[in-house]
Amino acid sequence: MGIRERLSGNEAAAIAMKQINPDVVAAFPITPSTEIPQYFSTFVSNGQVDTEFVAVESEHSAMTACIGAEAAGARAMTATSANGLSFMWEQIYIASSLRLPIVLSLVNRAVSGPLNIHNDHSDAMGVRDAGWIMLFSENNQEAYDNLLMAHRIAEHKDVLLPLMVCQDGFITSHSIENIELLEDDKAKAFVGTYKPEHYLLNKEEPIAIGPLDLQAHLFEHKYQQATAMRNAKKVIAEVSKEFEELTGRKYSFFEEYKLEDAEIAIVCMNSTAGTTKYVVDQLRNKGIKAGLLKIRMFRPFPTEEIAKALSHLKAVAVLDKADSLNGAGGALFEDVTSAMFVNKVQVPTVNYVYGIGGRDTTSNDIESVYNDLADIANKGGTNDFYRYLGVRK
Amino acid sequence: MEDLIEIRWHGRGGQGAKTASLLLADAAFNTGKFIQGFPEYGPERMGAPITAYNRISNSPITIHSNIYEPDYVVVVDDTLLDAVDVTSGLKESGAIIINTTKDGDSLKKKLKDYNGGIYTIDARKVSIEALGKYFPNTPMLAAIVKVSGIMTDEELLNDMEGSFKHKFAKKPEVIEGNMNALKIALNEVKKVN
Repeated sequence: MGIRERLSGNEAAAIAMKQINPDVVAAFPITPSTEIPQYFSTFVSNGQVDTEFVAVESEHSAMTACIGAEAAGARAMTATSANGLSFMWEQIYIASSLRLPIVLSLVNRAVSGPLNIHNDHSDAMGVRDAGWIMLFSENNQEAYDNLLMAHRIAEHKDVLLPLMVCQDGFITSHSIENIELLEDDKAKAFVGTYKPEHYLLNKEEPIAIGPLDLQAHLFEHKYQQATAMRNAKKVIAEVSKEFEELTGRKYSFFEEYKLEDAEIAIVCMNSTAGTTKYVVDQLRNKGIKAGLLKIRMFRPFPTEEIAKALSHLKAVAVLDKADSLNGAGGALFEDVTSAMFVNKVQVPTVNYVYGIGGRDTTSNDIESVYNDLADIANKGGTNDFYRYLGVRK
Repeated sequence: MEDLIEIRWHGRGGQGAKTASLLLADAAFNTGKFIQGFPEYGPERMGAPITAYNRISNSPITIHSNIYEPDYVVVVDDTLLDAVDVTSGLKESGAIIINTTKDGDSLKKKLKDYNGGIYTIDARKVSIEALGKYFPNTPMLAAIVKVSGIMTDEELLNDMEGSFKHKFAKKPEVIEGNMNALKIALNEVKKVN
């Protein structure tokens, strides 16, 4: 039945890491994820884990140390936010190209500049094409659960890709909320031990990792990475099913909240989905058929499934917590609308860029989006599809 | 208890308003509630106005935004009454609890648009008496529990000892004083409007 607890999102992530007890954690502190390595280093010094904790001098080195550890055959984890992830950038691509299943806890924060420590998704959106599996978490519970599932997905022989678990900086990382934890033994049994097939410290099989890869082979290696990302879908579904059998908590590629009979719906990720659920309940009480599609699995992107889940609606709003500054719309909007187009789903769809730099997104803001959607549904569409929510123009 | 109670804390950096909100969340959690406790992080420094929040409910809480229409407001430092619109959005069915020695009439004038309950407590006096130092957050924690009825006095006292042990694991010498501060404060909070 699990353990009833109250933890912040950062505490939840650190507890998950304690239960996973990875071989190596290499990290450099940055707000708002600082507490994760801080709590974890306490577990190390208390002897609650036997992890080698590497207190590196930068995020670039944190990811490099994780790459070295994974290549050697160890299980490695780290945590960061915003400019910390930016500083890892070069190594983020190397981790995925070398097919090293590193797990990163990303506490989402606005990438500078100007300097801002608060939540948006610009850090995650900057690495959306870097070959990492990306899972998003509405609250502390999902951040914890996704981390416990992470290694099972990333280390699967058909996948072998790094994975990041995202949660909203401050909004969930620093909010104390109820959570249900797995008992240590059950968590450990679920995560299992890491048995890499090929690794540098295997003296029976001397190998090189990451040598020169020119015209003759790089294309094929990139194709293999893309194939692994496609394979991840099946593995994520299987691991999530097994996790549900263990905990009773159901995880799919996305969560459909009162979506089945909805006429208007919002698509969003992370904590705003919780606020949206609250608004959906209020609107349902008034007889308005509102629904929500909350993305959990952003990479790989479940195109067919999303298109199908949205196909019966009269209007859809996709909420992006990062502006792509491309004159065309946010990243999630582009992914969702492209998924709809290629799957021949024609539903009027608009984009709202919202919550930038920690701008609070209230239930009134979300309700205003549903009001707009009702209007768009009545009119059968709109040409004004690239919008902003809560900005002073 | 209403199904969802929303509380907003106003304090100054260093007074422990954030800690108080987390301790209240802790205590309510231990009585079986669903809780949220979160500060609004800004450019904090000692003495600057800060805000923290609590949601307490009998059912799971999914909303993740700041609180604009609280049921209760706790003001940990009465100099904030001149600096911050502390009753902004505060429900008239609710109440404001202020750490002050001011009387009801002068507070009513300061909060001229607010017609709900006004409660006061001299948290400095309570804290000095119990702890020998000025930490207003523990008395204010007792005051909000007393006024809101989130839990009984007994539940609070039984529970907070454990919470203080968790919170002050590295400073066990302050646990007894904080418990005394709670006990005194439960009797000191008074309604002035």
